[in-house]
Order: sequence, then structure tokens, then C-alpha cells
Amino acid sequence: MNAVAADGVWKYFGDYPALRGATLEAPAGACVALLGRNGAGKTTLLRILANLSKPSKGAVTVFGQSGADAKVRARIGYLGHGIGVYDDLTAFENLTLFGQLMNVPDTKAAANAALERVGLTRVRDGFAREFSRGMRQRLAVARAFLHNPDVLLLDEPFTSLDDRAIAVLHELLRDALAKGATIVMSTHQIREAMELATQVALLERGKIVHAGPRTREMLADPGWLYREYEGQHS
Amino acid sequence: MRDKVIYILGILGTLLVIGNLHHIFLGMPGEAMQGQIGKMIFVHVPAAIAGFTFYGVAVIGSIGFLITKDFKYDSLAVSSVEVAQVFALINLVTGSIWGHIIWGIWWTWDLRLTSQFMCFMLYLGYLLMRPAVAEATQRATMSAILAIFAAADIPLVIMAIRLHNVRTQHPAPVLETGGLDPTWWPPFLIAIVAFWLIGTALVLVRLRQETVGREIDSLRRELHAV
Amino acid sequence: MKQGLLAALFIARKDLRTEFRTREALNASVSFALVVLMLFSFAFDLGRDEFYDISGGLLWLVYVFAGALIVNRSFIREVPNDCLDVLIASPMPPWALFLGKTIAGFVLLLVVELVSLPVYGLFNNIQWVGVFWKLLGVMILATWGIAVTGVAFSAVTVNVRLRELMLPVLHYPLLVPLLIGAMQISTTLLKGDATDIFQELRIVIVFDLIFTSLALCLIEFILVG
Repeated sequence: MNAVAADGVWKYFGDYPALRGATLEAPAGACVALLGRNGAGKTTLLRILANLSKPSKGAVTVFGQSGADAKVRARIGYLGHGIGVYDDLTAFENLTLFGQLMNVPDTKAAANAALERVGLTRVRDGFAREFSRGMRQRLAVARAFLHNPDVLLLDEPFTSLDDRAIAVLHELLRDALAKGATIVMSTHQIREAMELATQVALLERGKIVHAGPRTREMLADPGWLYREYEGQHS
Repeated sequence: MRDKVIYILGILGTLLVIGNLHHIFLGMPGEAMQGQIGKMIFVHVPAAIAGFTFYGVAVIGSIGFLITKDFKYDSLAVSSVEVAQVFALINLVTGSIWGHIIWGIWWTWDLRLTSQFMCFMLYLGYLLMRPAVAEATQRATMSAILAIFAAADIPLVIMAIRLHNVRTQHPAPVLETGGLDPTWWPPFLIAIVAFWLIGTALVLVRLRQETVGREIDSLRRELHAV
Repeated sequence: MKQGLLAALFIARKDLRTEFRTREALNASVSFALVVLMLFSFAFDLGRDEFYDISGGLLWLVYVFAGALIVNRSFIREVPNDCLDVLIASPMPPWALFLGKTIAGFVLLLVVELVSLPVYGLFNNIQWVGVFWKLLGVMILATWGIAVTGVAFSAVTVNVRLRELMLPVLHYPLLVPLLIGAMQISTTLLKGDATDIFQELRIVIVFDLIFTSLALCLIEFILVG
């Protein structure tokens, strides 16, 4: 059984198909780099996988079950474009709140541990709105990983992170993979993605035009995949 | 084919209205207490009935959209609301004029006028909100919710106004006194049917406009995605 | 179900905590209530006894104008930083999110109302202390109706341009039956009439029941598009 599977997913916004029969399979423990130009449908697909949006046609399953089941959602960690933390709560309050909502046992301890992981213990009682951008990103990452999710859905997670935040995220992702988590991550920062990825999928105008293991060529020359497909599909 | 249906309905409805009006004004004597003005009932009440029919259709369309996510239901809803609003306006204006001629007042918060006015206001909100949402699915979902909420409110409005009038001893001028004279039923029913026909023709025209509009939106987005 | 209720309480607590910290909406709302009260004092030049006839109506006009400011912004709080997405993606059921925000909105509205009431009594020389508990009962019932419809509209219009302009057009007409009931009851209470207010109470309660159930049923459609 695949950890994450999208089967022939169509998504219409009005009459415009943002996704046209996208099919993606990620076995447990895989790290899928979801590539594609802007407007290709990466964010749409990730949102559907996270149960933020319902597909117009087709099905999406996580561990064989639909996202409508709350138990499934409890195993998913989502990091979208926005950081998903409250400006008027402290870092600690933010994490305890999300811990409670994600059914994390002993939320206070988990929040403290997460803050330590991302290096924000010192500003534990600072309001999120006072943080620098990098600190906010790290708090967001702490939130996404707080409940030790089995599936991580990340939308361009490396975009505009400072080096410290990139390092923190890298480490967290590597640890999660080591524990057997499955990751689907869309990215423009191709190099960082390729390092962690075990598989790549290229989304073009709503269709997955290439899905397969991450090869050595891709690691050496991350733009290879785009150039391969540009000729065929313009 | 579709066009033919629209034309037939429209023409039939119009002919009925004209024929009916002819009969009403030239073929029938005035009403016992109100004279010729009493014939306002042939426009005022059928407009209300047609209005509420189309509000009902709009609610059905709204529920249909929420369940199936098919845009034809959303188009049906908005088209029906627009047509219903026209009939509501006819009802309100004729009611006001009628009231002024018979009772000397342009407006009163009686049960019928008030509930019609509230309905008009609620669905006016519906129509005003639609252009403020750019994305079609969000717009349709929002509209469906608003239409259902508005419909749920109307029975409550009726309950409240009835109570309010009792409490405040508001004079409730009744514009139609007693039952309808037997000879008045046929033109009355014909008027209702005529409004239904015209309304349906208008809804169909508006439906087509909606469908074409969505296609254009879709093409526009395709263009921008390249 | 129990998880859902707990989640609702966490959300309510979060909303209340952030609002009491910044007090932006509360300050705006209370200030607005005071200004409206003042304007009404100048608008009407009635004798003491005549004033009691409109007392309930005036009170609820102030409450609904000031209160709508608060509840209509309920879901807007979740838009910065895309917090709404995280909440929807969490295991919390959508009805719990809605219920939590409605509870928070309800509490905030009551705060504004309780602060405005003495000022209202002061400006208009209205004796309300004697009927305070009954008045509080009406306030609780009617305010729930304002909160539940306001938060529902807030959810529905979270992505809409010009929502501040639009919401009065939608929300106030919908509240008319509720307000008629609440105004009538309040006037009766303040005048000290012996009239039976049961019918009006029934309208308020039915309004609350209908719109709470409707909102809870439809909220899933609103939030997961």
C-alpha cells in the first residue's frame, strides 16, 4: 500500500482544469520531489493531498484511506506557503495549541522539545510577530513536525529561508525519513530537493509527465529534468 | 432547439399577459369596493407567486450545487434569483401604488409587504456579493450558502412581523377584501401562468449567458497559464 | 465528538486570548457603541416615559451595530499566515472550528454589551438594574443568534473583496426576526410591563436553533472547497 496516492485527480476552478488526471504514488519512506513550473498545479495537488481541497474527479488516499477521516489527518504534517502560526501568540503558545489540535500527548513537553530542535528555546515566550523571518520559518517548521507525522506535505519549504533555517529543515527532513516518514515536497530550489529525494515527479499543466526514481544525473544537474521535457511538451 | 423553446415560452407568456389584460380591463366590471383599481390584484399577487416560485427554484439549485458541485445548478440559482427579484420588485411597487390609491399610504409594514421586502433585501445581498468573489467555485459555494440562509430566514420574518403587528396594534390594511369573485379566478390563474412562462424564458436566457461566461473564464485562465 | 468539543474550546480560548491581548476589535466595538449611544441621545428628544417605549429597540440597535463589527471579522483572524489551512488540515472536525469561533465571538459580544449597558442607562436615564437578570437572559439568547450568523457569514466571505461593506447588507437583514423579538422583550422588561413575552422568546430561541443547526451542517461545504 502506498503511503500517499493520487489516482487520476482532476481539479476544476470554475471551468479551468488546474489538475488533469494527475496520478502520483509514494510508497512509505519515499521522499518525492514534486517539480514543475508556476501554474503547473503543484500547490493544488498538495492542498488536495492535505485535505484542504476536494478533487473534482479522482481519489486521493493516505495509507489507503481518505483524508476525510480525522485519524488520517492526524498523521499528516502540512507546511504551505504561509507559515501557519499566530502572530499574537508566543512561540510556546503556538506550539501547544497546535499540539492540542493534533492530539499530541503531553503537549507542553512536546512544544519545548520542538523549540529546542529548531533553536528557538531562548525566544519561547516571545510573540511570533516579533520574530525575524528566519525565526518565523523555523517556528513554522517546528509546528509542521511537532506531532511526528508519518506523512509530510511541504509546499516550497526552502523558499526564502535563511541558512540556519535551511539547515534545521534539512536535518528534520533527514531524521523524519530515517524514521520511515513519507515526504512529498514541491520545490523550486532544485538542489536541496534532489539531495533528499528518492523520487521525482514532474507536473506540467496539471498532468504528471514524469515520475520515477531520482537518478544521479538529476543530482549532478538538477535542471536536467526540465530541459528533457521542455522540448516534448511546449 | 433551445432558442426555439425560449422564444415560444416568451411569446406565449407575453400573449397571455396581453390577452389577459385586455379581458381584465375591457371585459370585466370593476371590483365592488375598489373599482378598477382592484384589478391591481391581477398583477400584484401573481408577481408575488412567481417571485416566490423562482426563489424556491434558486434554493433547489443552491442545494443541488452543494451536493453535486455541478455549475449548472449554480447558474440556475443565480438566474432564478435575478428573475425572482424582478417579480418581487413588481409586487412591491404595485403594492405601494395600490396602497396609496386606496389607503393614502405609500408603505406599511404589513405581513405580506414586509416579508416580500425582506426577501428582496436578502437576495439583493446575494446578488451584490457575487461579483466580489473572483473564483467560480468559491463564488458558487458562497452563493449557495447565502441563498439557503436567506430562505431559512423568511418563515422567521413572517413569524416575527405577525407578532410585531399584534403587539403594536399596527393597522394592517388588507388590500384584497374577502375571497376572490368566481369570475375573477380564470384571469387570475392565467396571469400566474403567464408570469411563470415569461420568468422561465428569462431564466433560460440568463442560464445561457452564465454558461458562455464560464467558458470564457476558462479560456482566459488557459491563456494565462501558458 | 468529545475530541471535537475539546478542540472547539481550544479554538475559543485561542481567539479570546489573542483578542484580549490586542483588544483591537473590543476597543473599536466599545467605542463605536458609545458613539452610537451618544448620537441617539441627540437624535431623539423624548420625554422620560416616551423614551421607555423605544428603550429596547435602541438598546439592540446599539448592540447589533457594535457587535457585528466583532463577529464579522471572526474568520479573518485566520487568514494571515494561512493559519486557516493548518486548522482545516488538522484532525479537528470543521464544526468544532466553527463552534469554537462562535463561542469566542459570543463571549466578546457579551463583554461589549455588558460594558455598554451601564452607559446606555446613564445617558438615557433608564433604570435597568431591577431587571438585570432577565435582561441578561435575553442578551444571552439573542447574542448567540448574532454570533452564530455573524461567524457563519465571516466564514463564507473570508475570500471576498469589500467584505466590510458587504456584510451589513447580508447580516443585518437576516437578523431582523431575532432583533424584533429581542427588542420587544427588552422594552417590555425595561418598562416593567406585565405583558407576556413568551411568544417573542420563542422566536429568538427558534432563530438560534435553526441557524445554529444550519451553520453546523453547512460549515464543511464552506471550509473545504
